[in-house]
Amino acid sequence: MATAAPTAAGFQDCRNAWVATLEQLAEADPRIVAVVNDSVGSSKLNSFQKKFPDRLINVGIAEQVMVGVGAGLANGGRIPFVSAASCFLTGRALEQVKADIAYSSFNVKLVGQSSGIAYGELGATHHSIEDFAWLRPLTNLTIIVPADAWETAEAVKWAARHEGPVYLRLSRMPVPDLNIPDRQFRPGHAEIVHEGSDLAIIACGTTVHLAASAADLLKAEGIQARVLNFSTINPLDEAALHAAAATGAIVTVEEASIRGGLGGAVAEFTSANKPVPVERVGFPGFLPTGSTDWLFQEYGLSPEGIAAAAHRALARKA
Amino acid sequence: MLTNDKLPLIRDKALWMRRTAFTMVHRAQLGHPGGDFSAMDILATLYFGVLNYDPTRPDMPERDRFVMSKGHATGALYSALCAAGYFPEDWLPTYMQPKSLLNGHPNRNYLPGVETNTGPLGHGFPVATGIAIAGQITGASYRTFVLTGDGEQQEGSNWEAAMVAGHRKLANLTLIIDRNRLQQGAGTEETSGLDPLDDKYRAFGFDVQEVDGHDHAALLAVLGASPGTKPRCVIANTTKGKGVSFMEGVASWHHGVPNAAQYEQAMKELV
Ligand SMILES: Cc1ncc(C[n+]2csc(CCOP(=O)(O)OP(=O)(O)O)c2C)c(N)n1
Ligand SMILES: [Mg+2]
Repeated sequence: MATAAPTAAGFQDCRNAWVATLEQLAEADPRIVAVVNDSVGSSKLNSFQKKFPDRLINVGIAEQVMVGVGAGLANGGRIPFVSAASCFLTGRALEQVKADIAYSSFNVKLVGQSSGIAYGELGATHHSIEDFAWLRPLTNLTIIVPADAWETAEAVKWAARHEGPVYLRLSRMPVPDLNIPDRQFRPGHAEIVHEGSDLAIIACGTTVHLAASAADLLKAEGIQARVLNFSTINPLDEAALHAAAATGAIVTVEEASIRGGLGGAVAEFTSANKPVPVERVGFPGFLPTGSTDWLFQEYGLSPEGIAAAAHRALARKA
Repeated sequence: MLTNDKLPLIRDKALWMRRTAFTMVHRAQLGHPGGDFSAMDILATLYFGVLNYDPTRPDMPERDRFVMSKGHATGALYSALCAAGYFPEDWLPTYMQPKSLLNGHPNRNYLPGVETNTGPLGHGFPVATGIAIAGQITGASYRTFVLTGDGEQQEGSNWEAAMVAGHRKLANLTLIIDRNRLQQGAGTEETSGLDPLDDKYRAFGFDVQEVDGHDHAALLAVLGASPGTKPRCVIANTTKGKGVSFMEGVASWHHGVPNAAQYEQAMKELV
């Protein structure tokens, strides 16, 4: 696969923030190790491997073993960052993630690379759009989906400090920095990216900047949308969801299936607390082959597509 | 009967498939040419010397089954299926374009000749084992062949399948391992070593044979031989990127893609 490079001005490959931060942390803390499945290059861990050859454990193409080994390394007092393409990390090793990491409560950091549809042309086996749905029920697994390079670095630092299982869902697709002033990383707390009270657009990961652009389009029509960077999916920021529901209409946006992910979580919450229309933007199921950009456009993960979903939600508003 | 008069056809097809696959990868600027080229002679031998199939009847119950477990090597599989007549040549330029039937990994729901969807490694051999069990319990005459990568053998599912196939003495099943000694990032032996692969499969109840995976006559003799009393494991010793000088044995061509000059150079060599 071609490596995603910074494209438009200011767009960054968050994987650079991931590896730079991991290397800094590993310099300071000898307990930090990386575990991979023949994924040194795709996890961008080549320089980590050079610096810490004994602390890069490549189990080969064997994801179930990789996750089990991660649990064992935690038992042995290490802080493992288990890094692999998110489709195989979460799908192939799902029972290991459930039983060995979450249920056993091991201090393991699962790092899903090239998540969502970064491998667009490689097809549904390589798309990771089901991961939210199959990991959300693991309630003690903190799920973080950074929206930009800054948040990626902060999430990696926090994961290393935090005692407990974490799933970091990283992307291969370049994104712009959100440039929020006086920013603080607070896991479990949604960030307001754009203020508004006509409706709330709740996004995560690569779609947050698209939601912010959608808010600009809506503003030109006189519609004030609140945009939330909902980077922690487990646990949910309930206060932010109460406030979002109070606007009377919600749009969710995620580079994932519309079934069981962020949109599903928001719909569960609102139906139990304050029923409001929820329009979910994401993918309906197995996708055809095509580039990431094409798939984003085709399925409405674009400023225009999100703005259209906002109109649908507003039309249903009581 | 398997006679060596098939060899000129196999050689011509293998050459056409290499040129076709490289053209697809060059056009798409995506693909896995290293693993395409190590498998090319195995596929050409199977499709033009061994398998019983009818491309106009891809669901023919008595067809021999070929399962491409190393599903990333679609340059090899699609050029073979096209050469075998399963779909027209004008589909080839759509490789990995939006909504193409030629997905980055094979999909049986829209491409005739594909037995099962692969892409995640370690799936094909278990499915092939099931196909062979179906043949065993129904007394069907078809044979089942499955091709895995060698790095792919690190997936434990292969060894679970090997235990089942050995236990059930699935003589109608042939596992072919593309032993190019490279996986995605490095050599297999430096990553998580597989040797001695032959002894391992022997211990699991397989009849094991090693062959030069680029020697059509040798491949034809081994793959075309009648079934014995045990499942067969053919370790095909190959070179990743075989046939293009700058790709041969170079790990980065696992998913490297050619620029215009490299494409031209390869086309000069592939004659
Ligand atoms: C379950 C799974 N894990 C990881 C990958 C990513 N991947 C694709 S090809 C490959 C290397 C395969 O090496 P090998 O089996 O030796 O194939 P070959 O050398 O014939 O290309 C890897 C790791 C995958 N497709 N599936
Ligand atoms: Mg190999």
